Amino acid sequence: MIEFQHVSKTYHTGTVAVSDFSLVVPSHHITVLVGSSGSGKTTLLRMVNRMVEPTSGAVLIDQETVAAKNAVALRRSIGYVMQQGGLLPHRTVVDNVATVPVLNGVARRTARRDAMSLLERVGLDPSLGKRYPGELSGGQQQRVGVARALAADPNILLMDEPFGAVDPIVRRELQDELLRLQADLGKTILFVTHDIDEAFRLADEVVVLRERALVAQQGVAAEILAAPADDFVRTFVGADQAGRVLSTRMVSGRAVAVDGTGRVVGVLE
Amino acid sequence: MKWLSANWHQIPALIGDHMTLCVPAILLSILIAVPIGRLAHRHRLVGGPLLGFAALLYAIPALPLLIVIPVVFGIPLRSMATMVVALTVYGVALLVRTAADAFAAVDRDVHDAALAVGHSPTSVFWRVDLPLAVPVLVSGIRVMTVSTVSLVTIGALIGQSGLGVLLTDGFQRGIAAEVATGVILTVVVALLLDAVVIGLGRIATPWIRAGRAGRRQAVPS
Repeated sequence: MIEFQHVSKTYHTGTVAVSDFSLVVPSHHITVLVGSSGSGKTTLLRMVNRMVEPTSGAVLIDQETVAAKNAVALRRSIGYVMQQGGLLPHRTVVDNVATVPVLNGVARRTARRDAMSLLERVGLDPSLGKRYPGELSGGQQQRVGVARALAADPNILLMDEPFGAVDPIVRRELQDELLRLQADLGKTILFVTHDIDEAFRLADEVVVLRERALVAQQGVAAEILAAPADDFVRTFVGADQAGRVLSTRMVSGRAVAVDGTGRVVGVLE
Repeated sequence: MKWLSANWHQIPALIGDHMTLCVPAILLSILIAVPIGRLAHRHRLVGGPLLGFAALLYAIPALPLLIVIPVVFGIPLRSMATMVVALTVYGVALLVRTAADAFAAVDRDVHDAALAVGHSPTSVFWRVDLPLAVPVLVSGIRVMTVSTVSLVTIGALIGQSGLGVLLTDGFQRGIAAEVATGVILTVVVALLLDAVVIGLGRIATPWIRAGRAGRRQAVPS
């Protein structure tokens, strides 16, 4: 369980990135922080592994404040996936995946063998292991990034817009893959995105953020769509958009779902 | 050509002496300039003046430098050590700015990502920043290497054997062929060492060529 207790972050330039944010991220679930740029969502994520230190307040993992832990050991115990993969361009794919085990002192040969089976686990051909990240497509790099995050079998995964830089079809595949992995692994995942559809697809719980990480609304996707807390949330989730407002029409004795523009999107059973 | 056919047997020894002076100076310059470059890159406040001072070193004329070094370091004027120190001073002066640029050229996000997955500051330097700085470092080392090889010739002025002997001796005795031989051989040695630096740079950066080949035949996702 990750707990944010009244955290704030003010940069020395005077910019307030986060202002009094509190949240409990339950274990073994996917919690998605969603907001536009400037909402402080990445800052919040980076507080968990101490890449950012809060100006005030505390972040706790299983009741222990992260500020009291050694930053390097803490980071090795948390999986981190970032946009563009964040892979080391000068190390082969298999060495990238084996990074944390090797840093932790696992023998290189063992770490590489484990890395190969992790590549398979995230849906990659192990023969790609010998290549450099620059030789892979964006989607493949993201899968490698996920494999690297899983290599030390952490309880917590932090994911910072991991699928933001790939095309929509590949993004969809990666999202499905993540849900499939999560069904097996049951990690505590804190996921950051600006894409509300991604948030709704992945999240057990969605947290919609305004600027300075003020919580606009928190809940499951259906609650947020059905009852947006205010106009900000209504606009942000597009509750009024034609694509979200569905109605039914009877055709040949069956109920057909139609969106706001009159386009048929499906059949009701 | 008559001079060359009569004296060619001296030449291997002169090339050897030339190398003995420039190779240690090149290695020392790298060992000194790279940490200074890193420091200058990390700490801008110290870095600016440091790089300015280093650039000034290059402006010191060679003869005064050769006289000052024995005084400062307490070594004999007419010694190999004096020459190596002088060459290192110039080498460092030439290389520090590029070394600082080399670290600045390392992708900030990659450096950050390496820290975020749990590299310690030391391991991020050795395993991430330094290898990724190599391509730019190599460009600076090439310039410094060629410059050092040509500067070694002034060693002849303080009695240090090397290809510079062909220049001073040739001038004094008015043998044009000897001077030309000295000039050409210095250029050849410079090109050879440059090729060695390029080769070592390639070996140290296997991902660069792999990346280029990979992008040409893009892998489907």
